[in-house]
Amino acid sequence: MAELTEELPQVKADEPAVPSTDVRVHPAPEPPRNPRQGTPTVIVDDLHIIYRVYGAASETEKGNAANALMRLVKRQGRPEMKEVHAVRGVSFVSYHGDAIGIIGRNGSGKSTLLRAIAGLLPPHSGAVYTDGQPSLLGVNAALMRELTGERNIVLGCYAMGMTPAQVREKYDNIVDFSGIGEFVQFPMSTYSSGMGARLRFAIASAKAHDVLLIDEALATGDRDFKRKSQERIMQMREEAGTVFLVAHNLDVIEETCNRVIWLHKGKIKMDGDPKTVLAAYNA
Amino acid sequence: MSQPESAIADAQAGGPSNGTPATPQEPLAKLAERYGLRRAIARPRLPVYLRQLWERRHFVMTYATSRNVSKYSNSALGQLWQVLTPLLNAAIYWLMFGVILGARGKMEPNVYIAFLVTGVFVFTYTQRSVTSGAKSISGNLSLIRALHFPRAALPLAYTIQEFQQVLISMGVLLLLVLVTGQPITWMWLLIPVALLLQTMFNIGASMVLARIGSTSRDLNQLLPFITRTWLYASGVFFSIQDRVGEQQWIADLMYFNPAASYIELMRDLLIQFHPTRPLVWFTCVFWAVFALIGGFWYFWRAEEKYGRG
Repeated sequence: MAELTEELPQVKADEPAVPSTDVRVHPAPEPPRNPRQGTPTVIVDDLHIIYRVYGAASETEKGNAANALMRLVKRQGRPEMKEVHAVRGVSFVSYHGDAIGIIGRNGSGKSTLLRAIAGLLPPHSGAVYTDGQPSLLGVNAALMRELTGERNIVLGCYAMGMTPAQVREKYDNIVDFSGIGEFVQFPMSTYSSGMGARLRFAIASAKAHDVLLIDEALATGDRDFKRKSQERIMQMREEAGTVFLVAHNLDVIEETCNRVIWLHKGKIKMDGDPKTVLAAYNA
Repeated sequence: MSQPESAIADAQAGGPSNGTPATPQEPLAKLAERYGLRRAIARPRLPVYLRQLWERRHFVMTYATSRNVSKYSNSALGQLWQVLTPLLNAAIYWLMFGVILGARGKMEPNVYIAFLVTGVFVFTYTQRSVTSGAKSISGNLSLIRALHFPRAALPLAYTIQEFQQVLISMGVLLLLVLVTGQPITWMWLLIPVALLLQTMFNIGASMVLARIGSTSRDLNQLLPFITRTWLYASGVFFSIQDRVGEQQWIADLMYFNPAASYIELMRDLLIQFHPTRPLVWFTCVFWAVFALIGGFWYFWRAEEKYGRG
């Protein structure tokens, strides 16, 4: 905490103050398009996330029915367990209309932070407060490779909680946006990786999300699709949601986001406008 | 088991008043309260949970159908296997128990076939629901970690998937029973009721196993032994009453077994002159209601823990 609050003022030194909130950790929002613009959507308060990782059991313990029974009876987990402190005291506030890029090395806690914001991982201490339900752009887990694109669109939409009327309404949009054409009638297992990624993004972004969390979704797909998906993200921002974007491709972040958070070993190293943070990150 | 207890306590307590004390510079909890922001993790109350589950009914149905379609998409015979598998099983049991071991007792050969096939088909439905239910959480961690929905949708979808299969195999069963010379009676009208009761039991049982399977990763190794024992104890290929002899209380106990109850009920409906057990409807209704309510409640109690750790 202390470290964070010391750090922020330097990053923000050249930023104008925003009067609407008492927490000033974010660059000036663009001119308001929506009355809700500028009100907080996600508040992360001194968040700590600790994973428990089960190590591989020794050979003698695996697959033995008697041992399995003993564990059931004693209600024990596997013995070897390691704790991974993935997020160590992160605090920030995001607002309506923000598109926040999260950068950092592998293992710096980016994906963990996203899952915690989505409410999919419990905090060890601290808290995440949200307005509405943040959603990971992660519909692909519900899709089935053996099924056709058509079936997967319907399945994915229902998995995100749409009604049949909404699915009918969005169906053509999704097909058009993904640009896969007649391949929609073929099983997804026949798609190239780019086509699969496009369809997944098209399905996932079909629903209006209050808070959308995107984890490396734009890494695949051709140039044209990248441009289209960035436009879609911009559009979602304008609908006064908040978009979080994790990417290793810094160009995408620079073009899409109005704020960047740099995570390093589970802590915020820097939080501010893309130019400043990316310059420091690349240095 | 695999998550910090304090987190659960926090989540259950809800409100920001219980949260980490905010630092003097940044009263974030206060800010959250002022704008009406809520904590991301909390288990909804039971009525809310039921409503959420109802709102996801389209997902449950689509997911079940999709799994059925994709399951056999790689085999040449496709969905025909839904029928072939129980038929082949019944053929093996008929050879083993009917012909070689002489388990048919006093039954006529063609009555025994109807008796056996009914037993195998009914038991297979419960067995498959329970086995797949045990994997419904542990096999879908990526889905659980990516999307929000009441987790009970998963074991429910798995049971409905089996239900869709059983509708097909029931058609085959009725055909077989007719071929062995059983007449169509008014009793056949009660078959959907019997199936409904068994489905209620299966949903409840698969929810219980889904929760156990989500933490005990070795359950799937153990389950085949349990269901095998259950199969032998349920009188699928022999008449419990004929085997037990004088000790009537043993027979009563064995018939109280839910699988045996549903098998006996279906035999009552399908096979003429099959001796009806007293109270068979009672045990079937009891197990359906008890398992559905108890299983659902047991599953819901751990709702916020699924997919963590």
